[in-house]
Amino acid sequence: MAEAHDYKAIGTSPVRPDGVDKVTGRANFGADLNLPNMLHGKVLRSPHAHARIRSVDVSRALEMDGVYAAISGADFPSGAEGDIQGEGGGTVSDLAQNIVARDKALYHGHPVAAVAAKTPYIAERALDLIEVDYEVLPPVLDVDEAMADGATLINENLHTNGDTSQPASNVAGITKFERGDVDEAFAEADLIVEGEYRTPTAHQGYIEPHACTATYSEEGKATIWCCTQGHFDVRSLTASVLGVSVGDLKVIPSEIGGGFGGKTVIYLEPLAVKLSEVSGRPVKMVMSREEVFRATGPTSATHSRVKVGAKKDGTITAASAWIAYEAGAFPGAPVGPGCMAIFAPYDLPNFRVEGFDVLVNKPKVAAYRAPGAPQAMYAMESAVDDLARELDMDPIDLRLMNAADEGTQAPYGPTFPPIGIRDCLQAAKAHPNYTTPKGEGVGRGIAAGFWFNIGMQSSAEVRLSEDGTVTVVEGNPDIGGTRASMCLMAAETLGVPYETVRAHVGDTESTGFCNVTGGSRTTFATGMAVVQACEDIIAQCKQRAAATWDIDADQVDWTDGEAVPQPGVNVDVQPLSLADIAGNAGRTGGPILGRASLNAQGAGASFSVNMADVTVDRETGKVDVVNFTAIQDAGTAIHRAYVEGQMQGGAVQGLGWALNEEYVYDANGEMENAGFLDYRVPVTSDMPMIDTHIVEVPNPSHPYGVRGVGETPIVAPLSVAANAVRDALGFRIPDLPLSPPNVLAAIDDREGA
Amino acid sequence: MAKVVFPDHLLSHTGGTREIAVEAKNFRALVRAVDSRWPGIEAVLMKTAVAIDGQIYQDAWLEPVGADSEVFFMHRIEGG
Amino acid sequence: MAKVHVTTSVNGEEREVLCEPHQSLLDVLRDELGMTGTKEGCATGDCGACSVLIDGRLVCSCLMLGVEAEGVDITTIEGIANGSELHVLQRKFLEHAALQCGICTPGFIVAAKALLDTNPDPDETTIRYWLAGNLCRCTGYDKIVRAVQDAAQELAYEA
Repeated sequence: MAEAHDYKAIGTSPVRPDGVDKVTGRANFGADLNLPNMLHGKVLRSPHAHARIRSVDVSRALEMDGVYAAISGADFPSGAEGDIQGEGGGTVSDLAQNIVARDKALYHGHPVAAVAAKTPYIAERALDLIEVDYEVLPPVLDVDEAMADGATLINENLHTNGDTSQPASNVAGITKFERGDVDEAFAEADLIVEGEYRTPTAHQGYIEPHACTATYSEEGKATIWCCTQGHFDVRSLTASVLGVSVGDLKVIPSEIGGGFGGKTVIYLEPLAVKLSEVSGRPVKMVMSREEVFRATGPTSATHSRVKVGAKKDGTITAASAWIAYEAGAFPGAPVGPGCMAIFAPYDLPNFRVEGFDVLVNKPKVAAYRAPGAPQAMYAMESAVDDLARELDMDPIDLRLMNAADEGTQAPYGPTFPPIGIRDCLQAAKAHPNYTTPKGEGVGRGIAAGFWFNIGMQSSAEVRLSEDGTVTVVEGNPDIGGTRASMCLMAAETLGVPYETVRAHVGDTESTGFCNVTGGSRTTFATGMAVVQACEDIIAQCKQRAAATWDIDADQVDWTDGEAVPQPGVNVDVQPLSLADIAGNAGRTGGPILGRASLNAQGAGASFSVNMADVTVDRETGKVDVVNFTAIQDAGTAIHRAYVEGQMQGGAVQGLGWALNEEYVYDANGEMENAGFLDYRVPVTSDMPMIDTHIVEVPNPSHPYGVRGVGETPIVAPLSVAANAVRDALGFRIPDLPLSPPNVLAAIDDREGA
Repeated sequence: MAKVVFPDHLLSHTGGTREIAVEAKNFRALVRAVDSRWPGIEAVLMKTAVAIDGQIYQDAWLEPVGADSEVFFMHRIEGG
Repeated sequence: MAKVHVTTSVNGEEREVLCEPHQSLLDVLRDELGMTGTKEGCATGDCGACSVLIDGRLVCSCLMLGVEAEGVDITTIEGIANGSELHVLQRKFLEHAALQCGICTPGFIVAAKALLDTNPDPDETTIRYWLAGNLCRCTGYDKIVRAVQDAAQELAYEA
């Protein structure tokens, strides 16, 4: 593999290929499609957090002028079995019941019925005419309540880990990891710190609400346009809910206005297809912001306890964690990854983790950037911070002393290949924002972050046009500049200018299968497919050149975008550029098309170290972030500015989670702040510039060393903020968010006000 | 023989056995060998991620397994 | 419900439209006039994705009724570029990678233009408070603020 400084395209920051369309309003997002004769669909949602549905009657809605279809759970196949073929796993049955409730409504906002009408206005009026008979049940609203003896059961048929010999429970699963002799190691510790922590239900907060348009044809096939992180997953998930073949569905992805994991799943698509089937017309469905909050993707609230034991010199001898994750109304909290991530930055001989997947009457959680890790690592990194204080050690030195390294057995089993945690810690220690003394009244916090990253399946085609320009076709919706990173890798591999490469995101019928744009996998896995497809092009170009020169293909080299005879091959010819070969392709064998499909292995773990200075206003409880520094191992940064952008965006999202964002519920389980005014995500004036430092420890499994960078950035900021507030206040507030009312209450409580 | 390690959530399928040694030329054969010891576990293992000599596979199949290999079954990892 | 006939100017062109009395200007722009560059993120005036200029003033088009657009000059994202030449803000957003998913970008550019039209030399704090009504969930705002700063500098240099 070439050294970083040899790259021509990789590591630069050119304008993205889809950029002009996105700054001029030309780009089409989920809600931007309008078809002739189109109807508008709306969803009737449960006004109760927990209720048995005795009956649903849509007949009066159907009688309304301008209404063309009204459906409920009874219109969908029942008794579906099996596991879904989506990234997040789960069962078809749970997915189908989340799309539209059958016999029970499990959260406030759970879909119960849907209508399609001439205008959105008529559709909304028609919802009022649907009659639902509910038997209201008491809601279960947090993990403590759900796990308590005698708790109301959300699903009477659910048994922990599927063990039917035990009574039914709200705990869907328990995950445990253990290594070494934990009790003995705690006994040997000179010092033990313990903490109990809570994180709130928080939403991905993508600015574009879910939207889709579907049209069903008389031959039983449907086309779906939607904003999604993965249209192949939309196809398989929708097919499983509708009980049809994936071959009956075509999914065309629009541009996507943010996802962060929340658009790896489906909500509207099966409803839109069914409404189109019933009405015989295209149906468009767009969620309101309120619906997005009430019924889509939040991430798990957690309650956790962490204990860390250490020797006087700072060597951590043992750690244990107990973490309960809210799953929402169906099993599937990110417990496994959270429990595997919690101790990842450290070389720990003795540890124990216990995680719980707990049902509550809230929307079914969806993936959110590094699912499960921010909550778990928030607890551990807070405890490590407390340990550093107890030991009177520099928090970076303490982490360096215990950091994992190449060859360390990861807490989740395998042995680490080259990883960047030490490099990140050392970069943090040397960073001006750390070496500069903090100002008066300023609190400084530091924490480590980690995410596994994933590979999974990707396909790519690379096509040569007759003038030598290059088109990359792949199947990953571009959320954050991945077209640019694909073009950069193609330009680098082929040895041509970036400007001659275009990238196209194909629909389910025009490109090969790709898993979702998620798991930090697109630049890694789909990038790998693009590189291989370019290598396929190069091999073909060498053959065409060899045929032109009357020599063997293995006597041809590919250098700087040109075929040249190998040194010592005795021919008197001029090099042939990509354009020369493409222009003559008709004579030498026809159009040149490279392709690759793969299941990418060897996704590289990405570690981070973040730090921040904050001030706390003791009168109002408001926390201000003075500066923030994100340091992360990217493996290799392909498009440098978009790597920085991932780090900056993840930092601010994590700070929002730490400092303000939370679902506030009333006693009946209705979310009280289902809008951007009251669910307050960070705004421009809340934030300083976010300093970035990209560490590059290349991933040996990727041709250019890519690790994937999208998720790790959100992990550390929760504990960075909490540790900085701890430093500023002189005491720790263990429950997030550190919003003004919560901080003020903690200060008052502390000072006995 | 390869060292095969099961995480806690699979121990109910192995009667509590955490680690065994298995001789197999690849992952597929390894799973068959484990299934012959605990019939029915194959269906569970095929839905589980695995790390073979440090490399994580979400969908392993014909990956080679060496005599000194370490094979850790683990939770599947999803992503956002 | 009787529709209302509205005559308005969109990006310098006179447009006639029949709107429902309850339709927001945002809905009229998107659904009746087919101008989907203006985005809906919340429909409650909290996210700024639907920002337009009304007689040069920055407005959330979701908070204004279509019928209120009678006789006004509306500038939308589609009217920011000068023909085939991008506005300096559009260029700077591209050069600074100030967009990731791009859904908030039209609103940010319209809002930033309103700022630079009235205050050609804003400091960072002014930019941050002016843009506080526009939500971006991808970028962390850093590159957006830098793009606006750079655009202001270029405009000052040209002036």
